[in-house]
Order: sequence, then C-alpha cells, then structure tokens
Amino acid sequence: MRTKSTRWIPTLILLLGAVYCLVPIIWVVMASTKNGQELFTTFTFAPGSGFLDNLSELSAYRDGVYWRWMLNSALYAGFGALLSAALSGVTGYALAKYRFRGRNALFSILLAGVLMPPITLAIPQYLLMAEAGLADSYWSVLLPSILSPYGIYLARIYAAAAIPDEVVEAARVDGAREFRLFRSVALPMMVPGLVTVFLFQFVAIWNNFLLPYIMLGDDSKFPVTVGLYSLLQQGANAPALYTLVITGALLSIVPLIALFLGLQRYWRIDLLSGAVKS
Amino acid sequence: MAPPQPRPTRRLAPYAFLAPATLLFSLFFALPIGYAIYLSFRAVRVKGLGLGSGARTEIWAGLGNYTSALSDPELLGGAGRTLVYGALLVPAMLGAALFFALLLDTPAIRFGAFSRLAIFLPYAVPGIVASLLWGFLYLPTVSPGYFLLTKAGMEGPDLLSGNGLFVALANIAVWGGTGFNMIVIYTSLRSIPVELYEAARLDGCSELKIALKIKIPMVLPSLVLTFFFSMIATLQVFSEPMTLKPMTNALSSTWSPLMKVYRDAFIQGDIYSAAATSVVIAVATLILSFGFLKLVNKRTDGGS
Repeated sequence: MRTKSTRWIPTLILLLGAVYCLVPIIWVVMASTKNGQELFTTFTFAPGSGFLDNLSELSAYRDGVYWRWMLNSALYAGFGALLSAALSGVTGYALAKYRFRGRNALFSILLAGVLMPPITLAIPQYLLMAEAGLADSYWSVLLPSILSPYGIYLARIYAAAAIPDEVVEAARVDGAREFRLFRSVALPMMVPGLVTVFLFQFVAIWNNFLLPYIMLGDDSKFPVTVGLYSLLQQGANAPALYTLVITGALLSIVPLIALFLGLQRYWRIDLLSGAVKS
Repeated sequence: MAPPQPRPTRRLAPYAFLAPATLLFSLFFALPIGYAIYLSFRAVRVKGLGLGSGARTEIWAGLGNYTSALSDPELLGGAGRTLVYGALLVPAMLGAALFFALLLDTPAIRFGAFSRLAIFLPYAVPGIVASLLWGFLYLPTVSPGYFLLTKAGMEGPDLLSGNGLFVALANIAVWGGTGFNMIVIYTSLRSIPVELYEAARLDGCSELKIALKIKIPMVLPSLVLTFFFSMIATLQVFSEPMTLKPMTNALSSTWSPLMKVYRDAFIQGDIYSAAATSVVIAVATLILSFGFLKLVNKRTDGGS
C-alpha cells in the first residue's frame, strides 16, 4: 500500500462542523465572564471582567436556589438512571435469555412506549399523582423516569451478545438458582452495557424539561432545566437577570460535559443500531 | 441441548424478572393513557355562575372534544408549523450527519477524533440550554454574527420573527442532534468489512464513488432508524419554542401542538379538551410511525 498524504478538504469540512458545534459553547463561556454592561457593549468573543461577580451573584440569588436546582438535577438523574439501569438489566436479561409465552408481545408493548408523546403521558400522570397526593414531590419526577424503553432495548441486545448460553447452562448444571444465576453470573457480564444505559438515561433525565415542568410547582424542587427556564422568564422583563441566566446555563452543562468526556469509552452508541461486537 | 422439561422455577423465573417492569409500565404508561382516553370523552358542565360546590359537574361529552380539537384552526396551524419545521430540520440534520460520518470514514483525514467529539458534544447540552444559547446568539445586541455584519455595514436577518423563526428553531435542533446521528451512522459505517471497498479502491474507484455506491447503501438501515427517531422527536417539539418564547413576541403559546396541549390543560384549565388533543397527537404519531415502518418494509421486500 502506498501511504496517502492527508486529505485536507474532508479534514477542513469536519473542522468547520466542529467550529459550528463549539461556537455556542465558547460564546457562553465568554458571556459568563461579562458584567451586565459589557454583555451588550463589548465584542461577544472578548472576555469580560465579571465572572467571579456573576458567580457570587448567582449563588446569592434567592439564598442559593440555583445550587439547590443543580443538586435536585443530580438527585433525579443519579437515582433515576441507577434504578433505570437496574430495571433495564433484569428486564433485558429475562427477554434475551428465556423463551416463554408472551415474550415478543411484551417486548413490543414496552417498546411502543417510545412512541407516546410525552405530553399525552404527562398530563394524566400529573392528575393521577395529584390523586395519590404525590404531585409536586420528588417522587412525581423520579418514578415516571425509571422505566426506559430504550434502556430495556439496549440491555436486551447487550445481554444476548455478552452472555453465552453455555455459561448459563453450566451454572444451572452446578445447581445455581435462577436469581443467583442472574446476580452472580449474568449481571457482572452485563456491567459495561448497563453503564451505557445509565449514561443515556442520566442525560435524558438531566435534560428533561416537560415532565418536571408539569409536575412541580414549588421551585425548591425544580431541576436545573426548569429553574433556568423560570429565571429566563423573569429575565424577559429584567435584563439584569441575563447575566445570571447565562452563568447558570454554563454551569448547568459542566457536569454533563465532564461525565461525557470522562467516560467516553462507555458511550456505546453502536448498541443503538444493534451492532454488538464482543 | 436444553433439557426437555425445565424445572418449574425456571419456567416462572422470567415472569418474576419481568414483574417490576410490568408494574411500572402499568402504573406510568398504561394507566395514564387509559385515563387520558377516559378524560377525552368527558367535559364539565357549569351551572349558573359556576360558584359553590355542585355548580360544576362532570358529564359525558361523547366525541365533542374530538370534533372541536380536529376543527380547531390553532391545532391545525400548529401541525402545519411543525411540518414546515420538520421539513427544514430532518433533511438538514440527517444530511449533515451522513456527510460528516462519511468524511470521518475517509482514509487519511486529520483531527478526526477531535471533530467527532466536538460535533457530538451538543448532545450533552439540554434542549432548554441549547435554545437559550442560540436565543442569545440570535439577539442582534449580543450576537457575534450581527456584530460582524454591522461592522461591515450590513443588516442581519431577523431570526426571531416571521419565517426566520423556522430557521432559528430548526437550527437549534440541527445543532443538538447532528452529532448523535452522525455517530450512529459512523458506527455502522465502521462495521462494513473493509474488503468490500479495498477491491474497488484497487480498481481506481474514487472515494466519492465508493461512498455513493457502497457505503450509503450499506448504512441504509441506520439512516432509516435515525429518520424514524428524528420524525418522532419533531412531532414532540416543545422545550425549544417554549424557551425562545420569552425572547420574542412572534411565538404564540400554541406554536406547536404540544404547546397547545400544555396551554389548554394548565393555563386555561380545560384538561378534557387537552386530553382529547393529546390523544389525537398520539394517534397521529402511531399512524405515521407504523405507516413509515410499513413503507420501509415494503420497499426492502420489493428491492430484494
């Protein structure tokens, strides 16, 4: 094979795409360093002088409600994704490794959940939560987030590919009970796939707006998406709040970007198209 | 290989494993859908001034909520706007995703890992925050684009009113979704055996021809998958227009069908007609989804 020299045209087009994707992020980093006056007067990509002031102003806003929102988002996304990964694991394992009546019907019904518009679910969910006295509680956001059709789909594909039937049979011959077999043989083999489910679900819950927006009224329970939205709505009448909204927006994406860059090898998007190589 | 008669625990085990998912599905999917359908056939009759207990009673409304939902010009307008938005968004996003994926798969490019990561990064940004960032970038007073245009003595387009809004909203979704779809397509490109185009390359085929004749047909299934999910996401557009709304007067509170359902239920307090509208949207989504899947199956059956 002859060695080819770098192809510059595809490289440049890709870099242009990268720039397009980075512009809003660079903009928010720069804008968060500006005070209210600089925001509207200086060149947008020039740094300002007010980052620390913005930070302390944001932290002081209504006794630090912003950090409360961040903590809430971490709780909803963390617990929600953990429970979701566990549920997807046990469900995906059963769907992949057992033959039983109703298996395909059940799988199809669970998957059809993806097609339901979130608002068609959220309004009756809210009314039913209100009946149960759970509206405007942490539970009202956490509970509906646990069942994830995507998560079950991914876990099923992963279990089918990663757990050899012979291993399962061998454990059975050794006398392992079905639950023990799942816990100590199958589950450890599914861990990388379940980390992927956890990450997808963490992002999905952290980024969710509609469900918490409908369920919650008390702003001390808001996740950061709904919190920022409420801040923006007030900011429409008070441009002084713009700097807070911008700084808050920047800080809200830091945890996700860190999670994303730090755990890159677990973002197994190939699972989505059903292509598993193990 | 498998023993002919499994032990009873083994026959019952899958049902036990599936019990938690079934319970949650019943509580948070099936029950709410049933309740929404029930509500959509109900209405409230107000007696007198509607004051005091017993003045408001729930009654059966038959198909009344459905006929008014389907003849509501605002819902039809919202559906039309969503269609225009989707017609801009889906081809642009999937076209860019496919194009970038093919470029990433070209031999001898540089900084591929960096570009791939940068283009995927917006996936980690919530729709609310993405709309907020772009919303500011669309504001002439803070946007770098407008800054440069004004310096050059030109006037920028107004993206926050009229038809500009479609471009503004579609751009936010293109920004957020291109990277994810690019990775889905790219991973399926990577799973094509290289031998398939090694021969073509030796025969002097250009990379462009290889892309058009071999790669694109091979990744067709993942293009169908990404198109399907993009279509569903388009029908459900909600948080992006909700976030831009405080920044412009041109966005009504019924801009998209989901926004209208939200307004009817929580601002106007009419959960019954909101339930009917939301059932209509769900049925439309199901018809479109199954219609699309049927079309795809037909095409692949006929082609083979």
